[in-house]
Formats: sequence, C-alpha cells, structure tokens
Amino acid sequence: MSETAGVPAEKKTGTPVLELRGITMRFGGVVAINGLNLAINEGEIFALIGPNGAGKTTVFNVVTGVYRPTEGQVVFAGSRIDGKKRYQVTKRGVARTFQNVRLFHNMSALENVMVGADAHHRTGLAGAALGLPWHRREERDGRAKAEELLEFVGVARRMEETAKNLPYGDQRRLEIARALATDPKLLLLDEPAAGMNPTEKEELQGLIRKIRDTGRTVLLIEHDMSLIMGISDRIAVLDFGQKIAEGLPAEIQTNQRVIDAYLGVPADAS
Amino acid sequence: MNDTTNRNPLSRARDGYSSFFDTLRDRWATAPRWARWVVYLVLIVLAILLPADGVGSFMSPYTDWPTLLFFPIGGYILLAIGLNVVVGQAGLLDLGYVAFFAIGGYAMAIFGTKMHMSFWEILVVGVLLSAVSGIILGAPTLRLRGDYLAIVTLGFGEIVRIVANNTDYIGGPRGIGGIPHPPSLSEWTIPDNGFFDAIGIGGVQPLKYGALDGKPYYYLMLLLIVAAIIFAKRLENSRVGRAWASIREDEDAAELMGVPTFKFKLAAFAIGAAIGGAGGVVYASQSVSIIPTNFPFILSATILAAVVLGGSGNLPGVILGAFLVAWIPERIRGLQEYRVLVFGGVLVLLMIFRPEGLLPSRRRKAELAEGEGGMGGLGAEVGGPVTVAAGEVGE
Amino acid sequence: MKATTLNNLFSQFWPYTIDGLSLGAIYALVALGYTMVYGVLRLINFAHSEIFMIGTFGALGTLHLFGMPSNVGGFALVALVLALAVAGGIASGGSAVILEYVAYRPLRRNNASRLAALISAIGASLFLQQLFARLVIPQAFGLPKEKGALPVQGHFVHHTNVIHIGGFELSNDRLIVIVGAVLMMVALDMFVNRTKLGRGIRATAQDPETAVLMGVNIDRIVTATFALGGAMAGVAAALYMLRFEETRFDVGFLLGIKAFTAAVLGGIGNLRGALVGGIVLGLIEMYGSAVFGSEWQNVVAFSVLVLVLMFRPTGILGESLQQARA
Repeated sequence: MSETAGVPAEKKTGTPVLELRGITMRFGGVVAINGLNLAINEGEIFALIGPNGAGKTTVFNVVTGVYRPTEGQVVFAGSRIDGKKRYQVTKRGVARTFQNVRLFHNMSALENVMVGADAHHRTGLAGAALGLPWHRREERDGRAKAEELLEFVGVARRMEETAKNLPYGDQRRLEIARALATDPKLLLLDEPAAGMNPTEKEELQGLIRKIRDTGRTVLLIEHDMSLIMGISDRIAVLDFGQKIAEGLPAEIQTNQRVIDAYLGVPADAS
Repeated sequence: MNDTTNRNPLSRARDGYSSFFDTLRDRWATAPRWARWVVYLVLIVLAILLPADGVGSFMSPYTDWPTLLFFPIGGYILLAIGLNVVVGQAGLLDLGYVAFFAIGGYAMAIFGTKMHMSFWEILVVGVLLSAVSGIILGAPTLRLRGDYLAIVTLGFGEIVRIVANNTDYIGGPRGIGGIPHPPSLSEWTIPDNGFFDAIGIGGVQPLKYGALDGKPYYYLMLLLIVAAIIFAKRLENSRVGRAWASIREDEDAAELMGVPTFKFKLAAFAIGAAIGGAGGVVYASQSVSIIPTNFPFILSATILAAVVLGGSGNLPGVILGAFLVAWIPERIRGLQEYRVLVFGGVLVLLMIFRPEGLLPSRRRKAELAEGEGGMGGLGAEVGGPVTVAAGEVGE
Repeated sequence: MKATTLNNLFSQFWPYTIDGLSLGAIYALVALGYTMVYGVLRLINFAHSEIFMIGTFGALGTLHLFGMPSNVGGFALVALVLALAVAGGIASGGSAVILEYVAYRPLRRNNASRLAALISAIGASLFLQQLFARLVIPQAFGLPKEKGALPVQGHFVHHTNVIHIGGFELSNDRLIVIVGAVLMMVALDMFVNRTKLGRGIRATAQDPETAVLMGVNIDRIVTATFALGGAMAGVAAALYMLRFEETRFDVGFLLGIKAFTAAVLGGIGNLRGALVGGIVLGLIEMYGSAVFGSEWQNVVAFSVLVLVLMFRPTGILGESLQQARA
C-alpha cells in the first residue's frame, strides 16, 4: 500500500510468510471480518490494531484454525491452511498466545512448555509405554528445550512452580515460551502487554525483538500505542472487520481515518 | 483462592491429613531410585504373601480369602486402574465401563468353549477386541461434551448387556457355561515345610489353575495388575500423560499447542477398554460360567466410585479405593445388603466434602477444588450460555 | 424374516402408534425435568429418574389411601387420576427440592466441577433407589425385606377401548395419558412464559451472571426449577401407574435415560423440544419393537441416543430454555 523511504532495505524485501486473501467471517448475521487482505512478511514485527470489537482476535482465530473463514483463503508459507485442524496449523509453524492467559494452570511451568515441545515429537503409545530409547531421547530433548526457552523468556527460576502460582507477568511470558516450544515460523501474540507495568512492558519489547532476531515473524494485537510504535515494522488497522489503513508506524499515527476510528467517528463520514 | 486461616476444625483436620500426604508425596518424589525399588519390592512380596490363611482369618472370616482377593478385590483394582486412565488421566467420564469387562468375559467364554482356543491366546484376542470396541465407541462420541459422553457410554454399556441377553448364540439370559480354566503352567508346589508354612504359602501350586484353590488365580490377577500399573505409570510420565493433563485442563488451548486432542482421547479410551477387557478374560476363566447379569450398570458405578473415592488420577489412591470398595462389604457382614446404599451416600458426601478423594494427585485436587476438573464449572456461578460454540477462543 | 416383521408393523400400525404416543407423552413429561435443570445449571440431574420413581410410589400410596379401588370409571376416574397426579407431583416435586438442597447446593457453594456434580448425582440416584428397595418399600407395604426389590402392583381401572373409528381404537388409559401430558406441557409453557418466576428461570438459563446482576435470586430460581421439573415427573409417574399399573425401586433407571434421550433429541434446555423429543422417541421405540421384537426396544432407544448425539447434538428444535417460545 504505502511503503516509502526510511525503511531499512532488508525489511522490505522479505517475502510474505502469511497471506490473508479476501477473508470474510460471518457469525449468523454478524460480519466479524469483511474481505480482509493482509500480507505479513518474513522476519517482521507486524501489529494489528483497532478499537475493541474490530475483529482482531477473530483474525487470530481464523489463522490458527479455530474458525474456518466464511470466504477467502489463508496461505501460510506457500500453502493454504484454512480448513486445517488446529493442531495441524500449529505443526506447520503457527503458534499463539491468548488474550486472557490460558495456561494449563495446574501443571508446572516446565510441563506447560514441554506440552508445546511435544508438538513435534513422534513417540506413540507403544514407545511411551515400553520406554523405548527414542522416546527417552525425545523426553530428554523436550526437557532441555523447555528449560532453554524458560531461560530465554526469563521464567527459568520458577520452572517447577505450578503455573497458576506465577505472577501475572511471568504467566504471560510462560505462555510465550509455551508457544515458542512448538517451533513456530510465525508467532501470534494477543495483547501480550495487557496488565503489565511499564518495566515489564519495556522487557516485553526486548523479548519480542529477541524472538524476531531468532528468525521468527511476529504478528501482534496490542492496545498499548507506545509499545506498538516502538517495535512494529508495519501496522494494519481494523475497524468493524475492515482494514482501514496499513503502513509504517509514522504513517498510521497521522492517518485521518485511523484517528476517526479511535475517536468513534463513523467510517463513511471521513 | 482458599482462605485457610478462617475455617472450621473439620476442614483444618482435613488440611492436616492432606499435608501429611503431601509431605509423603514430596519425600517419594525426591527419594533416590534404589529406595523406590526397595519399596516396590517390599510391596510385591507383601502382595504375594497376602492370600495366606493368617491374613485371611482377619480380612475375610466369612468367605474364602484367596477367591475374594481374586474377585472382587483384584478384579476391581484392575478395572479401577483401567478406568482411571479414562476418567483420571484424560478426564472423560465413562459410565459404561462394564461393557469392556463384559466383552473380555464373553471373548473368553466364546473362544474358549466354541473355538477351543487357549487362555493365553484368548487373553491377547480379548484385549485387542476390547480395545477395538473402545475405539468404535469412542470415534463417533468423543467429540461430545463431557456430560453427554457420560450418558452415551452408559447407553453403550446397556446395549452390550441387552445384546448378550437377546442373542441365542451366546446363551441369551442363561449365559455360557463350561468355560475352561487356563492351562496349568506347572505342577510345581511351594515346599510345605517350616519357612513357607510359617509365612502361610506352603503347599501352594501357584501355576496350577484348578477348580478349588483361588490362590493361582489371584497371582494371575496380580501379574496383570502389576503390568497395568507399569503401563499406566509410564504413560502418565510421558508426552501421552502430559497431553491428557493438558486436555483435562483446557482442551482448546491444548489443541492450539499442537496436541491432537481427539487422537489422545481415543487412545485413553482404547487403553481403558483393553485393561477392562483383560479383567473380563481372567474373570471368566476362573468362574466357569458367565451370564449377562454379571455385567450390570451398577458395576460401572461401583468402579467409578472406587476411582473417585481413592483419588481420581492418582494410582495408589485408585488402588486403595478399589480395595476398600471391594473389601468392606465382604468384611462387614450385613453390610452387603446395604452396600449400594452406602456407596450412593458416600459418593454424595465425598463430592461435598472431599471431591479429590482419599489420596488425590496434587494436580487433580486443585482442578476439582477450582471447578475446572476437565469439564468446566457447575452451572449458575460460572456457566455461559449453552449456545456458545465449543471452539470459541479468546475474546 | 424382515418382510414378516415389517408386515407386523403395517398391520398393527395404529396400536403401535397409540402405544408410542402414550409412552412418548410420559417420556416428554419426565424429559422436562432434565431439560429445565440442564438449562439453568448445565447439570444432568442423574437422580431425576429416582424423583420419578418416588412419584410412582406417591401415587400408589394415595391409591392405598382410597382403599385400592379396583375399577373406577367416568368422572370418578378423572377425579382419582387428578388426585394421583397431585400426590405424585407433590412427592416428586418435594423430593426434587430436597435432592437439590442436599446433593447439589453444597457443590454449587464450593464452585465444584461439573464432573463432581454428576458423580454426586449418580450417588444420590443409587442412594434413593436402594433406600426404597431396602427400607421404604418393605416398610410401607409390609413386605419382608428381601422382597423390597420386587414390583408392586397398583391396578385401579380396567383398560377398555373408549374410541372406535374403523380400525382405530383408543383405550381409556392411553387417552388420559396423552391428554394429561399435553395439558401439563401447555400449563408449564404458559407458566414459564407468562409469570415472573418463569421469566427468572429463562433469564438465568440465558445468562446466570447477568441474571444475578439484575437482582434474580439464583437459589430461588434453582429451587423453583427443581420443584417444577420434579412435579412434572410426578404427574408423569401418576400417568405411568395408570398405564402400566406397577412400579419398583428401579422403575426410573431406564425410563430416566430414555427421557434424557428425549430431552437431547428435542434439544436440551428447550421445553417444547422435550415434547417433540418424547413423542418421537416413543414412536421410534414402538415401531422399532414392532419390527425387531420387543426385546430390542431398549437397544433401539439407546441407538437413537447415540445417533442423535453424533449427528445433531443440539437436537431437533435446537437448545436453550430462553427461546422456549420459539
């Protein structure tokens, strides 16, 4: 749409890792998303913003296979993933966190992350029941990977603790670690900064950048504008299920339609 | 969430009891490998000595103790271990578990009397058959809401019993008689001298399956129980057990973290069914004849009561629960008649005062107390509209 | 073989239909209790079958009070059925309220899981059955203890055909069952849709949290729901006694599961769905037993349950109590 100067060259040249082509999502008579086109490039941090009820989480649910879109296609890494089962989408490399933290509350932090790591494990019942060598190896590797990721997000000290006993900020970070354990190419973060204090938000920015630097693409929903403007490479704005703007942070900040949407001016008035 | 400072003496006493077992569990979790093996070994030796007359005269003054140990005690324990995989591990409420016990029993009866297969062959066939019927039942129904699943499984249990009752080929209501005992593996006799006599197992032929002595059948059941425990325990501590736990806690989130939830639920169903089927094969091989009324709904409810009483999800608890449920009515004469009455009352009281059971697993305890329990909270306080789509996530 | 059994259905089509309708009418009344409780609490009230059983004994006890009349007719019959229905309704409605108070309310207070609630329900069900088999029935009917599990008879009217139109015949008991059930359904429907309490029930079913915020007293609503559902089961029990003339401690077990099937079939939480589900299930069962033989009647019913849950888990009319009007 509006890719202009001032952007480092390598960020522009990324190929799309995720494409939404004409996605429409209806629930009964309600249109939650209307003809949405979106392309997220490999290696970028892309933010999806908009007023409450604009359809942002619905986009996440369509991408991760929770909903099958009424119309349109979801293309991830070159192949269609709409209509695929949720765990298959995850296996292909899309992982997410939730707006309201949805950890496995009564499992330890380590076990939470190990569930994510199991996504690529292949041991079946027999292997587990008989304690076969490759099963043991997978268990060992899964554990090592989980510990490493807990270290990466900064919750390693509390890995034996039950998830629900962790402080709120740690729970959010644990959720990110669990998602990372599935080895995603694309990580979807649903309001990761919600309920965090300024220091935690600062750390979160660093963490998101670190995740991008390991070669992953990040798509996030967030309401905190300073966080968004601070880390996003590109931003798309949704209002009433439609994309009303897309571009660089600086462009979005001055876009009249976006300002109107946030102030509640009807979309067709501008 | 639980305010522990401001509660009545009863709940404080309960907390004391719980913390005792919590301490025990922590000890166990940190105990060195060799110490655990010593404990296992001691337990197995004790189990081998259990049918001795000296024990029996206290435990079972009215009926033959080794036979009682075989069934109902041993049988209930095996069934409870199997049902625990389904209910305790995967969080699926199965009210028709007796169906798999029946399928195993009828497999033994049919293949034993009509095809003259040997016990060991039938054990394999019966287990496979039960597992397959578990999959056949589970495949179309496991996508249902938890409480619907409970009713469908109950219906399945009844269908199996009624079909057995109405099918002439398998004897209809008269059942099947003349079921062969397992072939004796050896005539070997434990020496009938001082030492073995003193510990109460002298003169026993542990591998000879006759009509009179219940001990060899008990040892056979014990073997199956130990195998089932090892099997279940290994699964619990693997990715399979983790997947079950995650499904119990938040099925949608589990699926989105790459857990093929349906596959794992089906696996739990098949494993539970297989263990139930094994129990049925062994049961029928000892009891010579079986009839459809050996497999009533009340048996499903009893095994469920055992699992819940002991502590759903925790193997030692489940075994204890099954033992108590099988043994107490036999030990206390006159209680037999009021057995089910007492079960019913105990189930209600348990759910009110101690939903986690006598020896709960720590995780399961938290789930039940919080109203998560794999099926969400009950009604008015937390329930959402029924019309909310099952897969809705997020907003 | 198939041809002759199908023949059986066609040659006796009306008798099977009438049997199906009267059986279905009873299922429908019992199904109301499941549907209402599920609508408000999302709980399968597994002990509802025992609430029905208690109703049959309430009706039977009343019959004894009237000195076990052996054959009444005309207005006396209508009056007697009314008396039995009231007695059954009070016995069942009252015990449903007590059941809720003892077995479910403490769990709601603890915010227990649905699994825990269902297990408590199963416990209550076993307890009530055995209470009747071991204590209540032997005491009440002066039977030796070991006979408490046997059926108890209650015959008070000769079943005679009151309507003949060509080959179509309708007996007095079946007529009363069908008419009685329809009247009760209409009355309940009006109650739920026209009274303040009924609105409270619908509001709670729709959204408990909002209902509380709007000043609805949940405990009162729950009590009313159990009382109403129980009373419906009690009336069903009186009609059942008229139609089948005997009961026993576990009379509710199979009937309860089938009534639940009817509730699911019609769309659980939906009052009119219970009527449709009950009638459809009654007919399927009777036609099924005409074709396969009566010993397969229950297998037919359970197979319907499994198939419905597989292919249309929201039932024929769809779920939800708040749309009872639909």
